Amino acid sequence: MKTLTSRRVARLSGVALVGSLALSACGSDNNSTTTAGAGSNGSSSSSAGASSSAGGSAGVACEKGTLSGEGSTAQQNAIEEVISQFQDACEGATVNYNPTGSGAGIKQFNAGQVDFAGSDSALKTEMKDGVVEQAAADKQCGSPAWNLPMVTGPIAVAYKLNGVDKLILTPDVIAKIFLGQITTWNDPAIAKVNPGVTLPSTAIKVFFRSDESGTTENFTKYLNGAAPKVWTADPAKKWTGKGEGKEKTAGVAGAVKATEGGITYAEWSAAKDNNLSMAQVDNGAGAVTLTGESAGKAVAAAKQVGTGNNIKLALDYTTKAAGTYPIVLVTYEIVCSKGKDPAKAALTKAFLKQFSSPEQQKALEAIGYAPLPAEVAAKVSSAIDALS
Amino acid sequence: MSSLTGASAVDHVPDPSGHSPLGGARASTGRLGDRLFGGAATGAGLLVIAIVTLIAVFLLSQAVPALSRNGANFLTSTEWNVAGDHPRFGIANLLWTTVASSVIAMLIAVPLGVGVALFVTQYAPRWLSRPAASLVDLLAAVPSIVYGLWGAYVFGPHITGLQSGLSSVLGWIPFFSNSTGGVDSSGTIFFIGIVLSIMVLPIVTALSREVFAQTPATHKEAALALGATRWEMIRTAVLPFGRPGVISASMLGLGRALGETVAVAIILSSLANGTGWSFSLFNGGETFASKIANNAGEFDSPQKTGAFIAAGLVLFVLTFIVNAIARIVIERRKAFTE
Repeated sequence: MKTLTSRRVARLSGVALVGSLALSACGSDNNSTTTAGAGSNGSSSSSAGASSSAGGSAGVACEKGTLSGEGSTAQQNAIEEVISQFQDACEGATVNYNPTGSGAGIKQFNAGQVDFAGSDSALKTEMKDGVVEQAAADKQCGSPAWNLPMVTGPIAVAYKLNGVDKLILTPDVIAKIFLGQITTWNDPAIAKVNPGVTLPSTAIKVFFRSDESGTTENFTKYLNGAAPKVWTADPAKKWTGKGEGKEKTAGVAGAVKATEGGITYAEWSAAKDNNLSMAQVDNGAGAVTLTGESAGKAVAAAKQVGTGNNIKLALDYTTKAAGTYPIVLVTYEIVCSKGKDPAKAALTKAFLKQFSSPEQQKALEAIGYAPLPAEVAAKVSSAIDALS
Repeated sequence: MSSLTGASAVDHVPDPSGHSPLGGARASTGRLGDRLFGGAATGAGLLVIAIVTLIAVFLLSQAVPALSRNGANFLTSTEWNVAGDHPRFGIANLLWTTVASSVIAMLIAVPLGVGVALFVTQYAPRWLSRPAASLVDLLAAVPSIVYGLWGAYVFGPHITGLQSGLSSVLGWIPFFSNSTGGVDSSGTIFFIGIVLSIMVLPIVTALSREVFAQTPATHKEAALALGATRWEMIRTAVLPFGRPGVISASMLGLGRALGETVAVAIILSSLANGTGWSFSLFNGGETFASKIANNAGEFDSPQKTGAFIAAGLVLFVLTFIVNAIARIVIERRKAFTE
């Protein structure tokens, strides 16, 4: 009954009342994001969404209940933003997310403790430490567990160097810096890719994450993929390069901010928040600045290795496609394709629908995430529709 | 004449109804309240022992499977690779960092804490001693994460000068040699030792203060009557009386320093894999507690968890040993002072 009236409200708002009514409309995707010029745009899409759900597959409407998730800290800011939007729009729906780390999230999910897991890497299909994650998750769900890419987190190579605002780095140079093979900023290898830039002779101080982290894993995946001759260590959550370890993203970003000549890898949002300079990455097709769009292209170029609606992506770190920023991590929501509890399944579906909606994804860019590119978003959306 | 057991002469006289006299520590009136209280007290004591035993059993049971697969010497290795089929991990680095930082903390906090306690109890005028004591106690109420953030962002940048000065003057001593692990910021063992000392200070001060205040006035007056100056009175009357208390205060403080987690994790820089062994205090590292805290988010296999719990077990044993030593020292002192 409530959903019916609210759909009617949503439709009405699409026609006439753009502003405040749309805010109260459940499931509408344009709530409270005040991007310039999005007003009419957003409301028309919300009415479209509402009518399609009224006519077709069981809805993008609000559901009541409590949903709990746990996992990746890399998507913490994104999911908290989505949760607050979702809860504002949907009275009676509560979503809790406990950012304890990808490994812990998967472990809790496989133990049936949480309804969904957030993870920086998809469920592993090979045996690791005595567990096959995908098999364990399938068993717990009683149905295949799906990896749904939801948030793209670009990883910035952030540095602090007075007087150098624009710095271009190639994969080999990045790998050598983080291995301690290049120790000063005016090293010929850096100078070679930065013609016309005056580099000081400051020592390079590398900071890394002292905690085990998905950011480290994805960054080393990139180094291992793009500069295999220099970076020979296997990608791991534990740092295998050189440098000085600081705790969590806040620790490394803060250390670089306080240290002249410092460099680190950190989520885009952290680099932005701390006003750190970010290196442009030249993968072979010219230097690319980190933007939501350039990072999104890397995700668009990824191959899908999962089957059907299990959208597991394999990023191509060596990509030479123009304008693609290659160092990104994709964080997934891991859900049961057939939920054990119908009410929870419906709530999960409504929440993920909100998460993957173009407006919501666009809004995430403001807090340092890249929106899912259209092709991937379409796949994710149809996978969510297939959840039951 | 009262004795340690609290039994008095009355206890040895049969009561009017002809019941046998009460004896020693087993003295009881046989009333319900007495039995209840005795039982509750015994229960509380046993509960503590049971909890500690259970913790030890838990740690052991979790740690043993991981330890049995360990390819390196657990006590002497400096490696820490806990994932995969052939884990190799050892606690040498963790042990060194933990002990070194705590020792620095104690070297600073104990003399300072005893000094503050003496000032508050013996020197300060009455109007000052109360507020001064409360202020020091307030330090204990500050959450450790606040110390961590303050250390990392406020205090830390000012310490690097002192560090480089010390290492250039005293660099020939291995403890003060230049960092080999690539740590140039304030995230060193030396600095975390200083921050820990501030965190430990209120514990040492509060307990020492209480003991010093208990010094019998007769002892103090006797010393003064014999012509002692105030310092001589403190040396001959107050300090010997308070020594066991100061020792147990230090051990409590040491326990906190050894186990401190959040502040250490925030401040201390960890070292990259494969960094060579160094005795330098101007190096980074990880303590048992900070290592476990840093990695707790990624305990995705029992083996990994087990390895970290094994490290926790060493910390447990270390604390146990420290406390045992303190007990022994206090017992021996007692024999001499009474």
